[in-house]
Amino acid sequence: MLWLALHFPTLALDVYTRGARAPSPLAIASSPGNNAVVLTCNHSAHHCGVWSGMPLAAACALSSELVVIARDVAAERTALERIAAWALQFTPAVSIARPAEVLLEIAGSLKLFGGLNRLRAQLENGLAELGYSFVLACSPTPLAAQLFARAGLPARIRHRDALRAGLGQLSVDAFGLPLESGTLLRAIGVRTLDDCLRLPRDGVARRLGQKLLDTFDRALGYIPDPRPNFIPPADFVAALTLPAPVHEAEQLLFAARRLLAELCGFLCATGNGAQRLAFALAHEDRAETWFTLDLTAATRDLEHLVSVLRERLERLALPRPATAITLKSELLLPTPSRNLSLLPDSREHAEAVGRLIERLRARLSSGAVKGLDTATDYRPERAWQICEPGNGYGAQETRPVVRPLWLLASPQPLREIGAMPHYQGPLALLAGPERIESGWWDGGDVARDYFIARNPAHALLWVYRERRHDGGWYLHGFFA
Amino acid sequence: MASALDLVLQNPAIWRGNDCARVAVPSVPSGFAELDVQLPGGGWPAGALTEIYAERPGVGELQLVMPAAACLTQSERWITLVAPPYLPYPPALAAHGVKLSRLLLVQAPAVDESLWACEQALRAGSCGAVMVWLNQVHERALKRLQLAAETSGALVLLFRASRSIPASPAALRLHVSRSESRTVVRILKRRGGGMPAPVTLDLHGTLVERSKIKSNLAADERRWTPIKKEKSTSVARSPVSSERQPQPKSLFRLPLTKS
Repeated sequence: MLWLALHFPTLALDVYTRGARAPSPLAIASSPGNNAVVLTCNHSAHHCGVWSGMPLAAACALSSELVVIARDVAAERTALERIAAWALQFTPAVSIARPAEVLLEIAGSLKLFGGLNRLRAQLENGLAELGYSFVLACSPTPLAAQLFARAGLPARIRHRDALRAGLGQLSVDAFGLPLESGTLLRAIGVRTLDDCLRLPRDGVARRLGQKLLDTFDRALGYIPDPRPNFIPPADFVAALTLPAPVHEAEQLLFAARRLLAELCGFLCATGNGAQRLAFALAHEDRAETWFTLDLTAATRDLEHLVSVLRERLERLALPRPATAITLKSELLLPTPSRNLSLLPDSREHAEAVGRLIERLRARLSSGAVKGLDTATDYRPERAWQICEPGNGYGAQETRPVVRPLWLLASPQPLREIGAMPHYQGPLALLAGPERIESGWWDGGDVARDYFIARNPAHALLWVYRERRHDGGWYLHGFFA
Repeated sequence: MASALDLVLQNPAIWRGNDCARVAVPSVPSGFAELDVQLPGGGWPAGALTEIYAERPGVGELQLVMPAAACLTQSERWITLVAPPYLPYPPALAAHGVKLSRLLLVQAPAVDESLWACEQALRAGSCGAVMVWLNQVHERALKRLQLAAETSGALVLLFRASRSIPASPAALRLHVSRSESRTVVRILKRRGGGMPAPVTLDLHGTLVERSKIKSNLAADERRWTPIKKEKSTSVARSPVSSERQPQPKSLFRLPLTKS
């Protein structure tokens, strides 16, 4: 067993500040009341002279720009759950230890990720992408890993034999002793765990209680320490509160990227891909703005999702600055992971086109990007149809028909001078007529005689004479 | 005499001013031998911008690129059509051998969007050709398009309808027009230099011939008289005409009279 503990020392602050690149001075108050103290603050607040434990009134007096937000314990809890769901991509055994730790059992994952160092590097990069500050420690027992991380020591102990020596250096205060036990130990000159373990066991049990000894034993791995496995939710819903209202696409994208990174970790862990994502932007005094990202194929590629979202955000008109972003996965599909190949294959080709289509659609609207197909109908305007790109079947005509490469969206009436149709001059009819008379059953009844015509500039046109109503001439296409 | 001159001209030391330098540039054959001879690399230059000027539609400007389009799509390369002025008619494309499942039609509202879409298509790396229709476009934008084409290695065919022909960084520039019965392609600029004589291609000959077979008006095309409103030979008629609809009334009346 090898446990990796992720400790989040400034979780209360991070749930707010991770949505912005360079947040303004921000402090988290321990409670909403007046006599609260500063629990933690960010760097820019620290520069103003604010420190944790300072009375709130004093902190506010130091800087007029300081934004104070009451601690949101529920937000911290959901943040931990989302981190746990994200971390499931590294190991199936993830456990949450409140208030601010996530534990990963990684003994079985080392080989897959190429060793402890690489796995740690991946975790560190991933957590930085999510926007949390963290301490990472690993040890053979979960409690020891937690204690190291909490003490801010990035320990990397892999064997039980080394655990005793490493853990012995820790202060007994780190074990979260009751107040009187702590006072007693200090009074008899016990500072570290080593000092305590040197005392006779039965005496310690009698004076400080068996519970404390059990904690020591659990940390050292002498007695079992089972941890409940975290079970991820079926759907992904995540919200991110922005530290200040935002109206620029680039800033929104920065915050949305955090959520997308979480989503991609979650998708990777559950073996799914997202095909439709819904975003909600909250405003201060208005209803939320909703928009969705529709993808041609389910994906969990962060960079691709970000690039599609960038195009979509540039097209989005915000009525007011946004104060929070919510991301919801609306359509999840199982997406198997693939073996890597040395040479680019046709599948990669298809994926590249899929991505191109998504990017184009995100910026130009989904109706602007399409594929073409033929349809079985005699009427020229119904002999084709729009389809999804890549689905055009294009049945080969068996009859040798002559059709122009350009078709006008709607036939253009032509002037008629002396029974001859005119388009930039009188037309000479070269071939025809091809009579097309069809569609009485669906209301789109046509009766036309089509001709190939040439105008004085020698351009070849596809014209027809209406056989009902007025019997006028129309231009329907160009033999381009 | 002529053979003696030919013999002299075959000497590799002699270079003729109107010759095109033979360079091994990647290209896609245009499908017209007369044109390929005049193009450096023997076809449409890949990874470069090609401009095709046609003052008005219907002179064969699209037919000119159809063999290359068919060849690319048949080998599973995609073709992106950006902002075409009319509908590229699928039955005609299919008849030219273009595989419709490899076509991507992009309608862009403005020139900037068209150029952006072209760049995206070129950057995606899976497109064999990008065809774009632009009229008013800045030279700087063309330069950018040319650079994007160079990195992608795809054909970029820019169709323009303007009458004047401004300066442009395109590698190949053609002017397409139509004479009495043939399409005339003038090469305005090509890599390797030289100003060759215009190439005339018979793009529409078969088209007219094929439909003339059925024509009863081929004898005199100019003195055409309006069709009389009568039933004539119909090429495409509806399967059942409206007059022959069955009358279901009598079927229902039969049991009623019996009782």
